[in-house]
Amino acid sequence: MNLQHPLARTLVTTRTWPFLIDVGVAACGLAIFFSLVSTGTYWLGKPIPVVPISHSISALPAYAFYSIVRIAIAYLLSLIFAVSYGYTAAYNPRIEAWMVAVLDVLQSIPVLSFLPPVVLAMVALVPGHQMGIEMGVILLIFTGQVWNLAFSFYSSIKSIPREMREAASIYRYSGWQRFWQLEMPYAAIGLVWNSIVSVAGGWFALIACEMFTMGDRNFQLPGLGSYLQTATASGDIRALVAGFLVVILIVVATDQLLWRPLIAWSDKFKFEQVESADRVESPILELLRRSNLFAAPGRIWTSFEEPIFRRMAATADCRVVHPLDDERPRRNSAGLWALAIAAICVVGWGATQAVLMLSKVTWPELRLLLEGAGATFLRVNAALLISAAWTVPVGVAIGFNPKLARIAQPIAQVMASVPATAFFPILLIGLVRIGGGLGIGSIVLMLLGTQWYILFNVIAGAMSIPSDLREVSSLYHFNRWQRWTKLILPGIFPYLITGMVTASGGAWNASVFAEYTHLKDRTLQTIGLGAQIDWATDHGRFPILLLATILISLMVVTMNRLVWRRLYRLAETRYKLEG
Amino acid sequence: MQEAATPTEPQTAAPALEPIIRAEKIEKYYAQPSQNRIQVISATDLSIVPGEILALLGPSGSGKSTMLRMLTGLSSPSAGQVFWHEKPISQAEINVSIVFQSFALFPWLTVLENVEAPLQARGVGPEERRERSMKMLDTVGLDGFEGAYPKELSGGMRQRVGFARALVVEPEVLFMDEPFSALDVLTAENLRSELLELWANKTMPTKAVFLVTHNIEEAVLLADRIIVLGRNPGHIRTDFRVQLAQPRDRKSEPFTQLVDYIYKVLTKPDVAPSDAPDRQHPDTRVRDQRQMHYQMLPHARPGGMAGLLELLLDKGGRDDIYRLADDLAFEIDDLLPIVDAAQLLGFLKIEEGDAAITASGTEFANSEILRQKELFRDAALENVLLLRQIRRALEAKSDHTVPEEFFLDMLDEQFSQEECLRQMETAVTWGRYAELFDFDAGRRRFVLPDAQEEELAVDGDAK
Repeated sequence: MNLQHPLARTLVTTRTWPFLIDVGVAACGLAIFFSLVSTGTYWLGKPIPVVPISHSISALPAYAFYSIVRIAIAYLLSLIFAVSYGYTAAYNPRIEAWMVAVLDVLQSIPVLSFLPPVVLAMVALVPGHQMGIEMGVILLIFTGQVWNLAFSFYSSIKSIPREMREAASIYRYSGWQRFWQLEMPYAAIGLVWNSIVSVAGGWFALIACEMFTMGDRNFQLPGLGSYLQTATASGDIRALVAGFLVVILIVVATDQLLWRPLIAWSDKFKFEQVESADRVESPILELLRRSNLFAAPGRIWTSFEEPIFRRMAATADCRVVHPLDDERPRRNSAGLWALAIAAICVVGWGATQAVLMLSKVTWPELRLLLEGAGATFLRVNAALLISAAWTVPVGVAIGFNPKLARIAQPIAQVMASVPATAFFPILLIGLVRIGGGLGIGSIVLMLLGTQWYILFNVIAGAMSIPSDLREVSSLYHFNRWQRWTKLILPGIFPYLITGMVTASGGAWNASVFAEYTHLKDRTLQTIGLGAQIDWATDHGRFPILLLATILISLMVVTMNRLVWRRLYRLAETRYKLEG
Repeated sequence: MQEAATPTEPQTAAPALEPIIRAEKIEKYYAQPSQNRIQVISATDLSIVPGEILALLGPSGSGKSTMLRMLTGLSSPSAGQVFWHEKPISQAEINVSIVFQSFALFPWLTVLENVEAPLQARGVGPEERRERSMKMLDTVGLDGFEGAYPKELSGGMRQRVGFARALVVEPEVLFMDEPFSALDVLTAENLRSELLELWANKTMPTKAVFLVTHNIEEAVLLADRIIVLGRNPGHIRTDFRVQLAQPRDRKSEPFTQLVDYIYKVLTKPDVAPSDAPDRQHPDTRVRDQRQMHYQMLPHARPGGMAGLLELLLDKGGRDDIYRLADDLAFEIDDLLPIVDAAQLLGFLKIEEGDAAITASGTEFANSEILRQKELFRDAALENVLLLRQIRRALEAKSDHTVPEEFFLDMLDEQFSQEECLRQMETAVTWGRYAELFDFDAGRRRFVLPDAQEEELAVDGDAK
């Protein structure tokens, strides 16, 4: 529903079929209860490392459910962790620089290489329950989701306008009130958009890691990822297509039922002084607003919150105004020192052990790793170039046509959320049929993962070029070359860079999955760092795994520092279309 | 222009009442990596007593806002102390509000929720909160708007919400940080008179009002007492009571004379504040910016200077600055930098609140654009050290380019980081206009214009 009237918010929206919706909501509650119980019993059961995976399509809903639960738990954990991490970093100047640097590096490390140690640790931590293995996988998805969320929250907090902070401070807001009325709302939009990216990344990792071999141990959890992988391994195309369709269905449903309502809702957190004309619309959100659904939790929340406010107001801390620029050096307590020293010792010990472990890598192995690094580097950049080569002209054409853009942009957005790992099995079978190898296959897989981000951003960029600039270019009869070099490329530059940065991260991540795979009883692989990581996982060679992970992280971080960050700065300063 | 009689010669305000807030020798400075410190505000005493509207007036860079933040406890002074009813402010339960220039409303809360929020912070229960907020919204003329979001309101309405939020906690002192400067003239005027009405009728429970402004007329219109700040570093130039009865008439003789008097104070060459030398820190001497190497470049554009000089020439080469501002509908923050810049370049002189054009200023105003650039270039090279240095460095280097950073490093010794960037920006504007150098914004480097020699030759032929 489009609210044109500026004061429309204050008008009461009439409720159509409220009763029906309320019943539906109640039914959802019951369903949630049942699923909690069944998940609980499964999780607390005896650990079964290899759960047999059925090929029948009727098993799909249950598998989908287990996968969704994993994603949801991992996402919730990431959100909580991201908020606490961002908050801590933003308010503790002493460790701020460290925490941000850690974020920056962790963002660049491909999660899949963490899989074996994480699962081993978790199984050891929770012995005797299925939960151990589950936790390992969830933790892995978590590590793939959390960093950009944390970064987004951190930078939102840091960019809160000074006068807003001062208002909160002069009116003696408690930390609680400041969090809910200033910091959270201010960060909400960033969190929603990053959640979309995060959950897409979560699916990517999930499908890859529900089933894996480590040394002589196999792990296989019931879920969509295992289903797809087993179907591939046995060459069951019917099951494969069905599984793939379910993945798409889930992605589309998440977009429609969760993200669009959230984006539409988060519109009210926009920090702008005028109401903007174009807003994302969501019928689901309208339905929810009309049902009684939010009334009860709202009341509960209020009754829970009021005593907190009263208690907070009575504390000594809330009776004085705190200076925002306290420059007096704070005393370092002995406890803090001890903690710091302990941390240094632990980190030092760990690092030494890891380095000792690295010394077990032989020269030929090192040579192979470096060759692999080169191959993967070339492959990632080839995938990026190919993506950019087709998405830029297509995206610009779509973006200049508003009608087309309105249809194509959401599709590109959904496509970007479909995990490339789900495409892979189908692709692989096709490749094997026509006799292609993994060398091409992995590039195609990276393409599948990367191109949609770029397309989505290029469309947005083309749409953002002001029409008066386009009119100028046709008025002065710019030829095609001039149009592209003077108007279009500079205009979409910031968007293109944003898309390429995201895509590059995705491509590196995909390389781990794409360069090495099992098909029926064959092992397909090509030269590459990702293949080395997988091979090391398969054979339990931790030193190689570690070194490969270090190499891949180094390359990603270096590329970010040397190329992307500079281009980003250029986009921010020179090619920003203001106004 | 004859010297205007000043009916309100500054009398030092001697507060008989016990002050609500008292600042004792408060200073603000920023430590630099070297031994130097950037002094923003030199040691200042100030007190806010019940029953008065106090206006703090000053040009940009005089630290008005910093002063407000130190007095409210939002910023801690680098030295000295602020007392709230004779208790150190960091420990006292103070009761003040601030009305912000940018309103600082929470866009995700409705008008009512915005006003309720400070009460919530003080632990007031839901019913009382709502009742008090609704009453306050009623007082500021916003009933019926409680369910709206701030972005649905006009600027004036939003500032009304700002006032309601500030007043709902019944503050003892109401602080206002340029509350009307983001509003259009009519709306601002309207809000000002309503504020005065609230104050006069004692509708608001506030004991004192502290207004920060750069608008002289606004200060004279509202205040019972005016403090004028000077800059580099910020210090009190004068502190006097306004004896005019309310309501005040902008057109009346005493009013305009008072405005004129303040202009005179603001434009008179400043004397260094006597208490500037730092007694508490004898080992690290605070360097006074005016005794240092670089002048502070006023942030004015060459075009503005040309416009001012032409106007001045039209008026016979000499006029009251107050009248100039009036003719241009400028506030002091707009006009003073231009006047200062023209003075720095030797195009005009300030005498007793009057601006008088000099010979070179007359020539500048009468010339066409290329000649103007030439005159500007000569004046800039002669008077502005930074521009002279940039030009010399460019001529000396074989590739005729110098990175911006090189000069920023030197400025850094003297100005705060923010000010360094602004100084550089002004220098670039002036230098580009005068064709002293070009600036490559992508690489952040100064370069010598290629066509410089040719252009000069063409220019010479034309004459």
